[in-house]
Amino acid sequence: MAANTHTLDLPAVGRPGAIGMPTHHKLIFLGFLALALVAPYVLYPVFLMKVLCFALFACAFNLLLGFGGLLSFGHAAYFGSASYVSAHAAKVWGLTPELSILTGTLAAAVLGLAIGSLAIRRQGIYFAMVTLAFAQMVFFFSVQAPFTGGEDGIQSVPRGHLFGLISMAPDRNLYFFVLAVVFAGLLIIYRIIHSPFGQVLKAIRDNEPRSVSLGYRVDRYKLAVFVLSAALAGLAGATKAIVFQLASLTDVYWTMSGEVVLMTLLGGMGTVFGPIVGAAIIVAMQNYLATFGAWVTVIQGVIFVISVLLFREGIIGVLSKWLKKPL
Amino acid sequence: MAEDVILSAAGLTKEFKGFLAVNNVDLKVARGAIHALIGPNGAGKTTCFNLLTKFLQPTRGTIVYNGRDISAMQPADIARLGLVRSFQISAVFPHMTALENVRIALQRQRGDSFDFWRSERVLSTLNGRALELLDEVGLAEFADALAVELPYGRKRALEIATTLALNPDMLLLDEPMAGMAQEDIERISGLIGRISKNRTILMVEHNLSVVASLSDRITVLARGQVLAEGDYAAVSKDPRVIEAYIGEVYTGAGHG
Repeated sequence: MAANTHTLDLPAVGRPGAIGMPTHHKLIFLGFLALALVAPYVLYPVFLMKVLCFALFACAFNLLLGFGGLLSFGHAAYFGSASYVSAHAAKVWGLTPELSILTGTLAAAVLGLAIGSLAIRRQGIYFAMVTLAFAQMVFFFSVQAPFTGGEDGIQSVPRGHLFGLISMAPDRNLYFFVLAVVFAGLLIIYRIIHSPFGQVLKAIRDNEPRSVSLGYRVDRYKLAVFVLSAALAGLAGATKAIVFQLASLTDVYWTMSGEVVLMTLLGGMGTVFGPIVGAAIIVAMQNYLATFGAWVTVIQGVIFVISVLLFREGIIGVLSKWLKKPL
Repeated sequence: MAEDVILSAAGLTKEFKGFLAVNNVDLKVARGAIHALIGPNGAGKTTCFNLLTKFLQPTRGTIVYNGRDISAMQPADIARLGLVRSFQISAVFPHMTALENVRIALQRQRGDSFDFWRSERVLSTLNGRALELLDEVGLAEFADALAVELPYGRKRALEIATTLALNPDMLLLDEPMAGMAQEDIERISGLIGRISKNRTILMVEHNLSVVASLSDRITVLARGQVLAEGDYAAVSKDPRVIEAYIGEVYTGAGHG
């Protein structure tokens, strides 16, 4: 397995000899699941659910950046709009939580299709700027639209009953539902990366003109991964709205787009598990260092600078290098 | 003309802000031939390649491939017709293994690979063929090595294996020998000779001994225009060609 020693920024995920999920990936997924099943008996479930939602958000973002090679600076648009739609569906339409989340996810996918089909025509910094510009429009829409509640957002969203049966009011019930959603989302992302489609994505990321010369219509692949990433970011945002019973402007604000970049880079862009670690660290800092007030942002900045200077590949990226195994 | 032409360009012109990089070039490539495109630096050879494969949009002119006008087509679609190009700098997928590099081309047989829900295990059926192709270019032992780690000559060989995986009718090779050591040149030139059976090759090449030994027909470009055309013996005696090359050596003009 570890026959290939290499020194590069992006770890090679999925080598040809490996059939299916490599053993160490299975172990990590199982370990994550075991930890997540015990955690709500030790830590505050709402905090854990926040970590889970952001972990999924960061992984969805990483799918686009780390595996599609596309830096979006407007992912808050999908996270936030899904959050609004999910909250609206649960509160006004009275949908069950799983249907509300599904509706929110679908909305994010549609938005991703609309924005993506325009944004993928540009590359690099221009692509990032176009996605940011559209995200700002979504933010403006969220401030103005009648159903979003402006500065107040959509408050006291009912958690409802799962499938109309199981009450989601107790934190732990909701926690296990959220865990199932996020875990499924992570497995979907894993599968996308390790699919025939994922192989083409990696090829495009590595050398776009060459992919074209092999006959791949790269724009369609880019759009497909953009929509998938937007939908999964939406899944995270929609779930978050049910957890906090709130959809607010924070979710669509540009700082949210920045935060997800930070989480991904800190954990390790282009790694499978890095964004989960990055999200856990950032959310934990925001929660446990909340007493420092505005200083949290400064501490975050310092950590980011250190990470860029000392371990550019991110925490898991560096670990992956040490172990000589793709993580 | 009885000659079977696979690719032809008529009046091909590319203008960059008032500068004519390629000026009214007519080109006919016979099916099954190895056709070389030579000329001093800055003559417009690579631009010509980019125009023929539509990586650049011609200002004027038409391109016909296999009797079909491809002037308005997208580059990926041209590749799908069996007209595949290589690049001047080695074009491998650096963070994928040699086997994966070749396999990504073989994967095109599946049509579009939008199946993100399927495991990449379905691709393992292509591994056998990929290994065969790697073996053909002497890279079988490097199958699991990342492309970025291969030495330069091997990268070019990998690129050819990847191109061959598409089984193209026609290859456009942009300076396949650039930056290579002598032993690599011999290996790759032997390889090009072998793969040219049942295929048409159009190549840009600076190494004139390679051009002399491999090509059936040569087109000489200078300042974006066709200067001469014929076999090596005819072209190398053409006073205009000699002037273009010698003139370049003495004045150092045309670089960059």
